[in-house]
Amino acid sequence: MDDALLSRLQDGDEEAFVTLVARYQQPMLRFARTMVHTQAVAEEVVQDTWMGVVRGIDRFEGRSSLKTWLFRILTNRARSTGAREPSHAPIEALHSVDPSRFTTNGQWADPLDRWTEDSEDRLDAATWSPMLKAALDDLPPRQRQVVMLRDVEGLSNEETCAVLDITSGNQRILLHRGRSRLREILEAALREG
Amino acid sequence: MLLLRRRDIVCQQAVELVTDYLEGALSRRDRRRFEAHIRACPNCTAYLEQIRITIELTGTIEPEALTPEARAELSDLYRRWRSE
Repeated sequence: MDDALLSRLQDGDEEAFVTLVARYQQPMLRFARTMVHTQAVAEEVVQDTWMGVVRGIDRFEGRSSLKTWLFRILTNRARSTGAREPSHAPIEALHSVDPSRFTTNGQWADPLDRWTEDSEDRLDAATWSPMLKAALDDLPPRQRQVVMLRDVEGLSNEETCAVLDITSGNQRILLHRGRSRLREILEAALREG
Repeated sequence: MLLLRRRDIVCQQAVELVTDYLEGALSRRDRRRFEAHIRACPNCTAYLEQIRITIELTGTIEPEALTPEARAELSDLYRRWRSE
């Protein structure tokens, strides 16, 4: 979809721009919110990004995907506002799983639920999507950025590193913590439900 | 035998290796140890499956729809940017 859009954008096709905006405005806004303190600044940053896209589209050579390029511009614009990433984030967990779930030998103290067989209905996306969204918003900003790019937007490891300008190892640590936390929240919800 | 045992990983270590495993970032030796553990451990098999499902579900998160006002505003801006 993005490849076809790209050539139309470069031809100055307004409809193509609107399509791009419809697809990425909200994800970009949510992403920008992880980098700046207020919704108003996030909106400015996203608008500034669109301006950068319109003015820079002729120079875009397609060495990265259009999506990677968009998020890369967004990240640069957000960082250039000079805003520190929001600091009210909860303390980052050092363990993927609460240590109390393991015996002193490091084995699971209690059996884990299988999610595959009978939980398909309970894990219906329409039900869990709002809950996961809220859980995602509660992740520390850097974890949230990586999980959004990787698991929501579907960027690769390399693309995510390019957008955020982080190393592959760092990216994996953030991804690991974020995914572990989301699993924990899903698990708690499933046990309650 | 004792040395082999020592190299075995336990569940609490396995859960920390899951992302590196899925990302293909484990050394060959660590990958073998991880896979051997998973094969032998139903709980960690379940855990890995839970992580996979978590990733899948995260991928189903839909962006909110854009309001017609926001869309119109950006169209106006587009025309202005293009004409400048």
